[in-house]
Parts: sequence; C-alpha cells; structure tokens
Amino acid sequence: MDPVLKKPFGPPVNMRRAYGEALVALGQSRPDLVVLSADVSNSDHSFMFEARFPDRFINVGIAEQALVDVAVGFAKCGRVPIANTFAFLFATRALEQVRTHLAYGRANVKLAGAYAGLSDSFDGPTHQSINDLAVMRSLPNLTVVVPADPVALDALLPQMCDMDGPVFFRLCRNEVPVVFGEGYRPTLGRAVQLRDGRDLTLIACGVMVAPALEAAESLASQGVQARVVEMHTLKPLDTDMVARCAEETGAIVTVEEHSIIGGLGGAVAEALAAARPAPLERVGIRDQFTESGPYADLLRKYGLAAPDIVQAAQTALRRKENLQRQR
Amino acid sequence: MPNNIAPATVYPYGPRHTPAMIADLSRRAFEYRLQVLDMVYERQSGHLGGSFSAAEILTALYFHHLRVNPQDPAWPERDRLLFSKGHACPMLYTVLAHRGFFPVEELRTFRALDSRLQGHPEPQKTPGVEIPAGPLGHGVAIACGMALAAAMKKASYRVYVVLGDGELNAGVIWEGALVAAKYRLDAVKVILDCNGVQQTGSTAAVMPTEPLADKWKAFGWHVLECHGHNMAQVLDALDAADELHGRPVVIIARTTKGKGVSFMENDCVWHGTPPNADQYRAARAELLEGANRWTLC
Repeated sequence: MDPVLKKPFGPPVNMRRAYGEALVALGQSRPDLVVLSADVSNSDHSFMFEARFPDRFINVGIAEQALVDVAVGFAKCGRVPIANTFAFLFATRALEQVRTHLAYGRANVKLAGAYAGLSDSFDGPTHQSINDLAVMRSLPNLTVVVPADPVALDALLPQMCDMDGPVFFRLCRNEVPVVFGEGYRPTLGRAVQLRDGRDLTLIACGVMVAPALEAAESLASQGVQARVVEMHTLKPLDTDMVARCAEETGAIVTVEEHSIIGGLGGAVAEALAAARPAPLERVGIRDQFTESGPYADLLRKYGLAAPDIVQAAQTALRRKENLQRQR
Repeated sequence: MPNNIAPATVYPYGPRHTPAMIADLSRRAFEYRLQVLDMVYERQSGHLGGSFSAAEILTALYFHHLRVNPQDPAWPERDRLLFSKGHACPMLYTVLAHRGFFPVEELRTFRALDSRLQGHPEPQKTPGVEIPAGPLGHGVAIACGMALAAAMKKASYRVYVVLGDGELNAGVIWEGALVAAKYRLDAVKVILDCNGVQQTGSTAAVMPTEPLADKWKAFGWHVLECHGHNMAQVLDALDAADELHGRPVVIIARTTKGKGVSFMENDCVWHGTPPNADQYRAARAELLEGANRWTLC
C-alpha cells in the first residue's frame, strides 16, 4: 500500500500555483465549472483558469458582495461556480450573501478563501484571516474544508465540486511542504489518522499538519506517543473520530492557523463536551490581531510552531495525569 | 374571510393588449390587494405598503409577460422573476397562488408555524419563488449570474428583477448594475417599484437617489419609465424592454406605497404595520371599490 505520509516531507510547493493547476484540471473534466473573481486572480492564481477557459471566467471587480451573488445566480442555473477572494472578505464583507443564499438558500456555490490564516504575512492584520473558520462553521448547511497541501487540494477540490451544496475552503498563500504521499485518500467529512499513539492526540488542519507531525516526532524522542489526526473537514466534523481519540488517548491538542475561538479548537471542544470530555489544549492565535512580518517568524511569535505544540501536549498530558490521580 | 376572486385567466405572451384584458388585469390587481390585506390582518404581521405598490407590476408579469409553468416550477427554460424586495412577498405569494403554483387556500397560512409561506421568500419551501430575499439588494447581482449562465448555454430565458427604490440605498445593487453593464446582459430586466417611501420616511428624506433615470443611464443601462399603477403602461413597458438589446434594461415604474387605501398611501407607517379591525374594514371597502371600478369597465 502506498504511504499516506511523505517521509521526509517533499520540497515546498507554492500553494497558489497548485490551486491554479487544480482549477485548470477540474475545468477540463467539468464543463459546468465557472470561476469568479473579485479582481485578485493574480493573487490566488485563478488567472491560470482564466487563461485556459476565458469564457468561463468572470471578474466582477472589487465587489465581494456581487461576487457571491453572481455566483449564486450561476448555481441556480445549473453551473458549479467557484468564487475567489481573500478568506477574510468572505467571512466579513460578503457574509450576508453567504448566509442568505449559500447557508439558508443552499445555493451550490464553492467559496475559495485565499490568503488564509497568517499567510498574507507582510500585508498585516487587515488581510490576515484568523476568524473565517469560526464564522463559516456557525452557518447551517455550509461545509467547511481546510486542505493541508497540494496533494490534499487535488484530492478534496473535486469532491467539494461533486457534492450538491455550499462549501467554504481556505488556502495558504505561500510555499508549503508536501506532507501527503500517494496513499492519501481523504473523504470529505472523515478525519485521517496520520500517526498512531496512545498518550494523547494532536488534531491539526491545514498548514499546521506538518508542524504537528514534527511535534509528534519530538514528543516521541521524549517517550510520549502522540497520535496525529488531520481534520481537513471542520464541518461536518468527524465527531466519532474525536470521541474515539478522547477515549483511547485521554488528552487532545488542536492545532490551527486561526483563532483558538470557534475554529478547529472550538469544534473539537464542542464535540468533546457532548461525547466524552477530556483535557483539551488549543494551539492557535490567542484572541488577538497579529502584525506584519515574515510568515515563519509570525507563526513562531504567535505560538504556532512545533515547539508550541510540544508544550501544549505536555500541558495536556499533565492535566490527563492529574485527572487519573484524582480518580 | 370572503375571497370572491374569479379564476385567473392567463393572457398569452405578446404585444396585443386588448381593453378587456387591461381592465381584467387592473381589477385583479385590486383583488390581490384585498387578499394581501386579509393575510396581513389575519396574522397581524406583514408588509402592506410595498405589497400594494407592486400589485400591477406582478399581475402584468405573471398573467401575461413571464414564460413560466406552474406545473413545472423548475422548468429550465422559464423566465426567472427575482423578487428582490422580499418584504412585499404577500403580493408575490398571492399572485403565485392565483397563477397556480400552489393552492390559493394556502395563502391564509402566511407567516404561521409550519407554513410554506415564510415571512420572507424561501424558494425551497414555496413553489415559484426563485431566491431568498428580505435582506435587501440581492436581485441585480444574482440576475447577472443567471443571465451569464443563460448566455453560456445559449438559453433564451429572461431574468426579471422587481426592486424597491429604498433598496437602492444598498451598495451591492450598484455592484450588480456595473456587472450587468460590463457583460452587456440584455436578458436582465429590472422593474423598479419606485414608490418613494421606505421604512422610516420618504426615500427623498432618508437617502436621496434621484435623478434615477440619469443614474441608471450613467451606469450603462437602457432606461424606460412608466406609471406603475397604469396596467396598459406597465404592459407596454415590459414589451418595450424586450426590444432593447446590448445593455440591461431598467423600467422605472412610478408607484404609490400603500396604493388603493387612501389613509395608507405615501405613509411610511404602513411599511410594516398591520391594520386594526376598524382600519381593516375601511381598507377593505376602499379596495373593493377600486376593484369594482374596473368591473364596470
């Protein structure tokens, strides 16, 4: 069987370019695909689709509300539209359109949220997107997906377009290590266990999957066996997987490039509270805005690097042991 | 509550508007107002003013101009009617019911628990409704997507949008207007129910949008104007809009908010206030009189 993980990680690949290529590939197999942009196609690389299929590309200008509404019109007439702009703009400026027509109206529109998390690092907090997952996850009927690398994107994008219903997915702007191998076969809504362990579970999404795996290696050298789970679909959440990990490992750490409020950490907390409470540590942005700077430096400064995950894991383990002693 | 509305005749699409047809549709616009009055009075909730101003526009569209099939509401080749001023849905529901999309008796369930007739339009519940509306401003941009989709597959359906003039305060209307002009979407036909009143006052006082014709022209649209309560003019404007090509079309229909009930006309109080028993009786008498004027024609 082909390995699910690439070991060692493959050389970094530009996620935007990977997205442009994935769009073109999908455009070839799906004549009903339409790509819309709010004039950022050279940012998110949807220009690659425009170059190949100019008749199926619409630029509405700097008008994110119209972007979503025009996509809704396409969806209502049997097309599969992918609307493109920065992730934070879908979750803020165009949110009413998203709520009324995608969530409530179930228009079959796919929202591609570019420059997610801190990845638009130099542009600063106005452009970084640290609460999009919380906002989108709160909307009924919306599917919320975070592909971790180009392999995940290639596997998940066709699934998102095949399903009949609205989807929000977010993409990193920068170069990301290739984490997954040939054997990675994700299914929307089902978490993927990447590494087994009995002491605790690290649940990660997006570009934080790679540092979570690094953290697991580091913990192993300290004698701690951490399970690692990739939660590429935040909604619907694979609550069975969360409950099983709580049951079998007794402590959880969530890792996301997002606020610790309402995103992956929030979703897992809700699932644990409902099914099987266990100590939970959330690695993410700690309810604050960040700043401009190099991407890797920002991730480090705001607590999103492998050592932060290790530290959170140690805290979670201590809490688990305290609980066991109390019992 | 008595509702002696005659079975609805649908007049074939085309430019021939006989005096009898005009009189019949004009009378029915008043009968539909009566029905709306009953719905809102019974539930003590709903929007009368904007429903009354749209009566002739919706009657003309659904009983003459639109190519729709109540037996197959999802017919792919149908004309689309996007009712962007969603709060006025009592009139939309009434016209849809009489056009045969669902039983007329169901109108009494408007805004009741378990009803298919929500407080604002919901296409998954109500046959014939195309889009959710209520939050204002969606119609034009969604119409653009529909018209672009039609152009891509060489379909010939038209996309009508009924807009309120208060709705023009919303920026997304103008985003959509720019998109429609850029892509020369002549399948998009907007009917602006220009009643001059919004929730807290006149449109002129709340947010001046005149000169409307100049604005739409400057945005690259064909502009037509008509008296929105004169059935002959509404029908003629809809026909004229079909003959305009290369650009989207807006018909500025000058209307009166609360049309047909003297004490409701042009008063923003009647945007969303239900009548009490006395007001209901008085309104009913005036609307009956309005309908009867056309019966005598």
